[in-house]
Amino acid sequence: MDPLEVARWQFGITTVYHFLMVPLTIGLGIVLVAMQTAWHRTGKEQYLRMTKFWGKIFMINFIMGVATGLVQEFQFGMAWSEYSRFVGDVFGAPLAMEALIAFFLESVFIGIWVFGWGRVRPRIHLTVLWLAVAGSVVSAYFILAANAFMQHPVGIEYVDGRAQMVDFWAVMTNPTLLIHFPHTIFGALAVAGSMLLGIGWYHLWKRRKEGIDTVDDNGYVVVGTTGSKARDEVDYKGWRSSFRWGGWIAIVAFLGTAFTGHTQAQMMIQQQPLKMAAAEAACHDGTGFSVLSVASRDSDGATTCDDVVGVFEIPGLLSFLAHNDFTTPVEGVNSLIPKYQEAYGTHLPDDPRYGERAGSEIEYLPIMEVTYWGFRLMITFGGVAAAAAAFGLWIGRKGTVPHDTTLMNMAWLSILAPFAANSAGWVFTEMGRQPFTVAPNPDPTGVDQVWQFTAAAVSPGVTGQEIVFSLIALTLIYALLLVVEVVLLVRYTKGGHPAGMPELLADEHNDDEDKPSSDVLAFAY
Amino acid sequence: MEVLPTLWFILIAVLWIGYLVLDGFDLGIGMLMKVWAKNESQRRVLLNSIGPVWDGNEVWLVTAAGATFAAFPHWYASMFAGLYIPLTLALLALILRAVSIEYRGKSHSQIARNLWTWAMAGGSFVAAFTIGAMLALTTTGLPLNEYGDRVGGPFAWLNGWAILGGLAVVGISLAQGWAFLTLKTLGAPRAAGNRQLRRYLPLYFLPAASWAIMVVMRYPKVSAWAMLTIAALGLAVAWLASGRRKEGLTFTGMVVFIVFGVGAIFTALFPNVLPSTINEAYNLTVATASSSDYTLTIMAIVTAVFFPLVLAYSVWSYWVFRQRLGEQHIPESVVVTPV
Repeated sequence: MDPLEVARWQFGITTVYHFLMVPLTIGLGIVLVAMQTAWHRTGKEQYLRMTKFWGKIFMINFIMGVATGLVQEFQFGMAWSEYSRFVGDVFGAPLAMEALIAFFLESVFIGIWVFGWGRVRPRIHLTVLWLAVAGSVVSAYFILAANAFMQHPVGIEYVDGRAQMVDFWAVMTNPTLLIHFPHTIFGALAVAGSMLLGIGWYHLWKRRKEGIDTVDDNGYVVVGTTGSKARDEVDYKGWRSSFRWGGWIAIVAFLGTAFTGHTQAQMMIQQQPLKMAAAEAACHDGTGFSVLSVASRDSDGATTCDDVVGVFEIPGLLSFLAHNDFTTPVEGVNSLIPKYQEAYGTHLPDDPRYGERAGSEIEYLPIMEVTYWGFRLMITFGGVAAAAAAFGLWIGRKGTVPHDTTLMNMAWLSILAPFAANSAGWVFTEMGRQPFTVAPNPDPTGVDQVWQFTAAAVSPGVTGQEIVFSLIALTLIYALLLVVEVVLLVRYTKGGHPAGMPELLADEHNDDEDKPSSDVLAFAY
Repeated sequence: MEVLPTLWFILIAVLWIGYLVLDGFDLGIGMLMKVWAKNESQRRVLLNSIGPVWDGNEVWLVTAAGATFAAFPHWYASMFAGLYIPLTLALLALILRAVSIEYRGKSHSQIARNLWTWAMAGGSFVAAFTIGAMLALTTTGLPLNEYGDRVGGPFAWLNGWAILGGLAVVGISLAQGWAFLTLKTLGAPRAAGNRQLRRYLPLYFLPAASWAIMVVMRYPKVSAWAMLTIAALGLAVAWLASGRRKEGLTFTGMVVFIVFGVGAIFTALFPNVLPSTINEAYNLTVATASSSDYTLTIMAIVTAVFFPLVLAYSVWSYWVFRQRLGEQHIPESVVVTPV
């Protein structure tokens, strides 16, 4: 087993998996803050119900983010010890600060929030949630600072074969980071928005299906009730708010990702031109954005750049994306690769640290199928989510959704789109960075001598079997836990507001007798 | 002496000690959910006694790892790559354990709840054991070559020290778990904790004490012996106090033992951070493994600002949840059904 290949698969799987939980934690966290603040300000009960319901969904997901995040803190050292040694001076700092500044804040205050209902004063309880979610958002900033360094190293000097930090401020204000961060936060809000919209849709649909809500002749909702608190008018208001909030959040988030993504692409052409060319499968310099390109396979079955045939492209769009005009050509793979070879060599150094790969030719072109489709899937899924949101807001403008199961199922499914967009975006940007772990900074005034090939980053002492063991074990346990998480999310979703407030059901059949004494915890595991 | 690397060595020791003290009782209570608790309501008392605080406690481990990466990248790289298998086991155990805390109460069937109890107890045991093994090995060394890479295959680390360290942290965790229950619960768990500590307290700490003594004998220093003496006094006070049911004093004595016992181990280890068992020249030391002074300075400033804050709000969270828990405080378990 080639440790490098296995280690890359492991890092990819564990990180993409971790990032299924992360955007939901961040996005839903921000939404929870808004909900509880709305309740605190207005005193309207639907906001309390929303806070409690979405709080449960949040926690089911949050814990998975915590658990899988543990692996992230350690695995750089495990399979990537040469990487850790090379960049530790600069890369470790944001990780350590993330733990000290963000994780403690997040973890301590989320514990107080979950168990603190009725235990601390409402204003304090709200502040506690603000702090916990601030922790999540700040953690994103730190970890993206670390990632931005890999895409665009700044604030460093090359000393004794290692990257040494000389300007912490530069690392924390890396232009790549400053645009990475809002892009990621909008991406997280897109996930939360679609979730609110989809689940809100489901419950509005269910109320119609059960005949609780009806519509008048003009199609406007007539809100009904079953007499149970679980299905009263407040219940309706809560789902309508979730639904509408979700729609608007999803649309704003999409616009935000599009706008920041555009800026990112322009930056990428400066910082990592080959990544952008590979994202376009563009062999030759050009101005058109490829909507569809296919590879004609040569006799070996291998795809080379010149086998790629553009099927349909929008003239000028690529130039617009890159340079904000329609005529300046964007460099293609064929003109870039010689530049890379000149700057960073044609062959890996003949150094034992590169193992079997020492002296072999460097393949500068990332796997184009991955970059090309990763880029497009990210945009497509983002667009699908936004379109679903716009459609939902329009169709729900009269206060409820149609009594139509197919539409409802599509709304359910659209929850997945922003998750897919997030994953595709990360796969694109990380795979597109290959063959480097730390991509060289081409800025002549910047630091152009610090870069590292992925082939040189893996742990020299660790055997392939060890990494295979951890890969299999982690993948199995992750797969199992994903099933459990989804089962719980679906169960709590179907449980509706009472899943977060069991007392909504309890009130139906008992009087004061059974009323829990104040000694009993409001919440317990 | 290298001032900044030494400061960071101390800080990392502090983080590990904080982790052992705080997550120690979380891990111990996790094990006791299977080993001691006899029925569902006892299990829930145990679980909820750490419910609001366990996650914050675990961040001490994450911060220890992150701080090691930032301050001693070579230590981070050599230790975690060299201990690949036990670290993988520790992570798997911590994952299962974390998820079981949140999901156990959300499962409906008895079978699922039993499985989560096993995940919690088994995860806590494996996590404590492997973390202890790894801590012991960083004090006694790994077969590292001149580049700091482990040689000799996936199990080259496995030796008596690993077992001793594993037992040490399992013992510490169980004792801490019992002591925490005497402070945080009412009724049966409190009585059991008092009984256990009165009878067996020294036994729980025997592996940890042996580890500390053997490490200090291996790298003798006056300061380390002095700390060991204080640790021994702490243990003696804890045992005496446990006989008189002075729960707070017992816990305090145990914490003194952990702080000074583990402190003695790190003091003895200094200036090495991770010795090589192949050749002393390959030892990683505070000087050879550390980051630049610039990075260490930035990190020290950030730590000086934020660490006191962390301590303050962590203490506040314990204050908010200072109430003792008994079976009467545990609400009925929630069954979520479709509306």
